[in-house]
Amino acid sequence: MALEVAALLLSIVTASIAGLVGCFVVMRRMSLAADAFSHVALPGIGVALALGIHPLFGATAMLVFGALIIWGLERRTRIATETVIGVVFSSALAVGGMMSSGEDLVDALLGGPGQLGPGELAFGAAAAIAIGTFIIMQRSRLILWLVSADIARTAGIDVARLNLSFLMMFALTIALGLRYLGVLLMGSLIIIPAVTAKRLARNLTEMLGYAVAVAVAATVAGTYLAHRAHRPTGPIIITIGAVLFVASLFKRTR
Amino acid sequence: MLFKALIGAIPFAGQIQWSPGVRIGYVPQKLDLERDLPITGLDLLSAKRRVVAGDEQLDALARRVGLERETRKPIGALSGGQFQRLLVALALVGDPDVLLLDEFTAGVDAPGQERLTELVRTLQAEHELTVLSISHDLSVVYRSASNVLCLSRDRSCIGPPRKILTPALLEEIYGTEVEFHVHGA
Repeated sequence: MALEVAALLLSIVTASIAGLVGCFVVMRRMSLAADAFSHVALPGIGVALALGIHPLFGATAMLVFGALIIWGLERRTRIATETVIGVVFSSALAVGGMMSSGEDLVDALLGGPGQLGPGELAFGAAAAIAIGTFIIMQRSRLILWLVSADIARTAGIDVARLNLSFLMMFALTIALGLRYLGVLLMGSLIIIPAVTAKRLARNLTEMLGYAVAVAVAATVAGTYLAHRAHRPTGPIIITIGAVLFVASLFKRTR
Repeated sequence: MLFKALIGAIPFAGQIQWSPGVRIGYVPQKLDLERDLPITGLDLLSAKRRVVAGDEQLDALARRVGLERETRKPIGALSGGQFQRLLVALALVGDPDVLLLDEFTAGVDAPGQERLTELVRTLQAEHELTVLSISHDLSVVYRSASNVLCLSRDRSCIGPPRKILTPALLEEIYGTEVEFHVHGA
């Protein structure tokens, strides 16, 4: 019971973090990349399962590697990045799919109830604190950077380093949500609340607030419904998020 | 390209020597931003103030560039001229010594361009700024610049506009005959 409560709390924290990080991902126009990015975790999970180590380690290692690939490419051109993310990261899904099978594969793809161990809980808490602190501390730098890298440079910001830190936090955020959303859907928990918030908000603080609210609402409601209906949590959470996004479309545009 | 090298955004050969501790304010040309970003002018100004640990009063700064309520609106709701004036204010946060203007009036209507040029002229005097400006508008260059550096593929020259912006030299640089009018000259 205590672990169940802890698991729900961790999901709520993860959702808040996903909402915050998602705002910057969306404003950086990485929405599409975010989705494919989460796929790269699958081969890591496959290798980890084959070796009998915790899948989260494999997934995190692959995500960090993926973040380094994006970072390396972005230092060159943006167009190549899109292509490579589309090809490499989606192929990763195929490779990962070959490596695992059955129940494990379904859980890895869509998220499963799986037992939450103390180790995973500790990793989750540490990662959430690291990401939350990063976003709060670096918020001003991130804003200047996404509006204009050149203005950021003249304000004394090390743009390449900021980008790398941001991508690492992005990778960690995906790793955080893999357990209950899976590699197919975690990208959506980062993107959907943020695009919903972008439609509703009039300034940055509002956007961050709405994104967290939508992500948490979808996670709590989805977890509850999934529990009641004995279904995987991921698809229900993301469907609720999508419904909230569609509802936001009815807001009159400015 | 010249300014990108000056601010260290692209690799370059040779050496760039700024005086130690120089503070640079940079105003880029028209930024390619999504129109529906929920970021306001005030979000931007306060973000830069926090990053450079400045002590500006942001509303006063905004008024100085002729913006009032507009800084509370999302930046996508501003006109081209208003947005460029916001970027000038953003460049001023942190009390710079040097202002780099990279074709900062491009894409702004004529009265807006006039207003921006006039704004920079008064700010330059008030803040004792060194202004480096890239411009293709020769009449603006002629009226505003104290020195002109012209660069083309195989020729460069530097000097006061009256000496540089002569029909003969311009033809040599552009490789074709160029006409421009100096008002009131």
